[in-house]
Amino acid sequence: MTTRRERRVDVLVVGAGPAGLAAAAGLAAAGVPDVEVLEREQQAGGIPRHCAHGGFGTRRTGDLGGPAYALHCAAEATMAGATLRTGVTVTGWAGPRTLDATGPGGLERITARAVVLATGARERPRAARLVPGTRPTGVYTTGELQQAVHLHHQHVGTRAVVVGDEPVALAAADTLRTAGVHLVARVTEHPPRPFAAVRQAGGAPLLTRTTVTALTGRPRLTGVRVRHEYGRTTTLACDTVVFTADWIPDHELARRGGLPLDPGTKGPAHDPAYRTREPGVFAVGNLLHGGESAATAAREGRAVTGPVLRHLATGAWPAGGPPLTVTPPLEWIAPNLAGPGGGRFLLRTGRRLTAPLLVVSQDGTPLHRRRLARSVPPGSSFALTAAWLERVAPDGGAVCLRIA
Amino acid sequence: MVAATTPTVTRAGEPLPDGPPYDVTVIGAGVVGTAIARELARHPLRTALVEATDDIANGTSKANTAILHTGFDAVPGTLEARLVREGQRLLAGYAARTGIPVEPVGALLVAWDREQLDALPGLLAKAERNGHHAARLLDAEETAAREPHLGPGALGALEIPDEAVICPWTTPLAYATQAVRAGVHLHLDCPVRDLAYDDGLHTLTTGRGTLRSRLLINAAGLHADAVDRLLGLDTFTVRPRRGQLIVFDKLARDLVHHILLPVPTAAGKGVLVAPTVFGNVLLGPTAEDIDDKTATESTAEGLALLREKGRRVLPRLLDEEVTAVYAGLRAATGQEDYRITAHPDRGLITVGGIRSTGLTASMAIAAYVVSLLPEAGLDPGEPGELAPLTMPNLGEAGGRPYLDAALIARDPAHGTVVCHCERVTEGEIRDAFASTLPPRSAEGLARRTRAGNGRCQGFHCGAALRARIEEARP
Ligand SMILES: Cc1cc2nc3c(=O)[nH]c(=O)nc-3n(C[C@H](O)[C@H](O)[C@H](O)COP(=O)(O)OP(=O)(O)OC[C@H]3O[C@@H](n4cnc5c(N)ncnc54)[C@H](O)[C@@H]3O)c2cc1C
Ligand SMILES: Cc1cc2nc3c(=O)[nH]c(=O)nc-3n(C[C@H](O)[C@H](O)[C@H](O)COP(=O)(O)OP(=O)(O)OC[C@H]3O[C@@H](n4cnc5c(N)ncnc54)[C@H](O)[C@@H]3O)c2cc1C
Repeated sequence: MTTRRERRVDVLVVGAGPAGLAAAAGLAAAGVPDVEVLEREQQAGGIPRHCAHGGFGTRRTGDLGGPAYALHCAAEATMAGATLRTGVTVTGWAGPRTLDATGPGGLERITARAVVLATGARERPRAARLVPGTRPTGVYTTGELQQAVHLHHQHVGTRAVVVGDEPVALAAADTLRTAGVHLVARVTEHPPRPFAAVRQAGGAPLLTRTTVTALTGRPRLTGVRVRHEYGRTTTLACDTVVFTADWIPDHELARRGGLPLDPGTKGPAHDPAYRTREPGVFAVGNLLHGGESAATAAREGRAVTGPVLRHLATGAWPAGGPPLTVTPPLEWIAPNLAGPGGGRFLLRTGRRLTAPLLVVSQDGTPLHRRRLARSVPPGSSFALTAAWLERVAPDGGAVCLRIA
Repeated sequence: MVAATTPTVTRAGEPLPDGPPYDVTVIGAGVVGTAIARELARHPLRTALVEATDDIANGTSKANTAILHTGFDAVPGTLEARLVREGQRLLAGYAARTGIPVEPVGALLVAWDREQLDALPGLLAKAERNGHHAARLLDAEETAAREPHLGPGALGALEIPDEAVICPWTTPLAYATQAVRAGVHLHLDCPVRDLAYDDGLHTLTTGRGTLRSRLLINAAGLHADAVDRLLGLDTFTVRPRRGQLIVFDKLARDLVHHILLPVPTAAGKGVLVAPTVFGNVLLGPTAEDIDDKTATESTAEGLALLREKGRRVLPRLLDEEVTAVYAGLRAATGQEDYRITAHPDRGLITVGGIRSTGLTASMAIAAYVVSLLPEAGLDPGEPGELAPLTMPNLGEAGGRPYLDAALIARDPAHGTVVCHCERVTEGEIRDAFASTLPPRSAEGLARRTRAGNGRCQGFHCGAALRARIEEARP
């Protein structure tokens, strides 16, 4: 029979990445007595633990490498007074704000007055992208590649192809270079960028408008078959391929808890105060929208502090507002429920937009029109201020965002 | 009780033993070969099991649909019909004793048009002729009540309550473990390249030297025809029939309650949707006749076809994430039955054509093959009982270590989760490496523990798992 140690805390944070740690640091610093962060890995810090490159940090810390940033985030949380427990996995729900956890110390059942989910996101692996072909060794995501090289110092291969052109693809190329792997090419379905001011990845060509149609080789990868939009096909000889980006939130816990997902982000639907549809349950970080920067995740972690404090003080949970929806080429918006709170929205597009005119409307009534002064590429998000939010009718229909 | 001995398992780089000839050598350590080896282990015989690859169950046996069939739709009177029926009973009992995960979910054959609906009573009658009296017809309303997420247009169904899903990896691993513990020699990385039969003794030329044996059992699956030909026998040709499958995320599991079978047509059994004992949902298989016995790759056409069929059966399934894609090759021989034959003049029993029911029938095939030994010229002696075995539970429905408070209290390594998607603990991984047949590869570790098989496919734990494999390498 299972016997679980039952406990109560004020706030339970699930996941000690930049988002969860920032939330815990903020809440503990604001005087919440019992803030506990559970992290299933042995080390706190989330993804930055294995990002050996720089580019992390805050204005105060200056530029930090990923592992140093991970340590910094964890130290901020513990110094503020939060309890950080690693090697403990949250496995499911036993009630609305009651979670079950497993660790070497046994099984627990923890009830919190507020729960903050910060479980992050992962890159879709090859199978989830339905790339046909053999099932050889030598197939990675950036996350696995970075751990193989930076944490375990494993031999990777000799010639690699990187799939994708988001920033994380450049991180993959860097890691391959560190590991002494020759980069054969990068491949993306997107068209070339207008003024290719793109950082070159070790001189390897970027094949644009190109899709991966199959992997070949057994037991080791021997090639990546690709097809250009105009029909030309070729096989890139390589023994390693890295599938980058194509993010999917790690939303298992959210879904098991019955939180409705946003159809665009596949993260929990949430309002500008990071409230999900479930009273007392907040969500922050890449769980909400897939791969954004660590700075964005940490900003969301800090921003949830106020709403959590208000909830702890009043117990109030204002009824959720109407959903915010997007039409193609827009892919998603986050937050994606109307509600109190300000801040900004993040949006992503599936194809490049040049000086797009964004139109926000509800039930046919325009709420906001704004032309962006720049062009936005696919694969990285752009921000929109929340000034129009107060014009949304709380009991009206869905709010639509589109490009005019 | 058959006395336990120190296991003899050899692999690449190690010499083959040069003792007296074996009484029996089984070629091929798939689910069929391991089941036969286990059955032989009960007898006072010197037995060897030789396998070309670095692990047991590394061929078709690792890549199937994992259904413990009742054989309700078998062609009555065939050897296959009989062995599937007996095998299902034997394996269900063995699984319960040994801890092999089985979920008795039952099957529904769903009719999507008039013609299929009209075919159901005939299938019911066939099931009854095959001895399955629990089968019954459901109307459209009851079908929808049983499976609320079915696509529109289901007109009715035939229910086969005894169909179950089983763990395809624990089954052959249990057979091989018991066989090896009872004294069967297992030689891995040991492809049989040539055979000579003189004076009642076979000489096997393998990739690692020679072995001698009085009797041979050819359980080489897709290559059973090639092995027969090494002895000058040419009675059938194996033509692979590829089956591609898509594994959906565990979050899809609640969408389906039974094995959902299509109504069989002339074109074959068709594409099914089934839960797995690991808590996922399978969609497949395709049926493609191909020529290459190594062509286990998936194709864009195959995956598109599966998705189209799946969308009809369970539309919401297609909204879920895909966890894995794989393909297996059925050993088709142009005959709708097994080809199990004793060749006394050649000191051989051929176990061929075990196409699409071999997992279910494995124990009955083994018993049948051993019953042919006298005919093949070998007295097997009196059988004994094998020492009982309990396998680690990989099934979602049984208790998993990460949820077992008492186990974690005794052994805290079971409280440390290493593979997060499948919730595989440090303790389970440690135990797999310390087992009678430890894994040699990431794939082998996955088949013993599920580690690395989950939705992230290694994003989170792949590198850490590889580190364990590298550490364990001798
Ligand atoms: C390969 C890669 C390279 C990147 N490079 C950069 C870069 O150079 N610069 C940059 O700014 N950003 C980079 N990013 C993005 C950055 O890492 C993320 O934005 C950031 O880590 C997101 O923080 P998070 O807290 O939302 O999620 P994560 O960092 O993913 O943290 C989530 C944490 O939750 C834990 N967790 C999940 N489920 C459970 C559970 N059930 N129980 C307990 N714990 C759980 C996880 O173990 C994990 O530690 C990169 C991302 C990747 C994948
Ligand atoms: C898509 C698909 C779905 C299926 N679904 C089901 C199902 O739901 N239920 C069910 O009961 N059955 C199912 N089956 C059938 C089942 O998987 C097979 O019948 C069974 O695995 C056959 O086992 P085997 O031991 O004969 O062959 P294999 O597993 O192929 O084993 C043969 C072994 O022989 C070895 N070998 C070959 N040549 C040599 C040599 N010269 N020297 C040494 N070793 C050699 C090979 O390496 C291999 O390991 C399915 C099959 C497929 C393909």
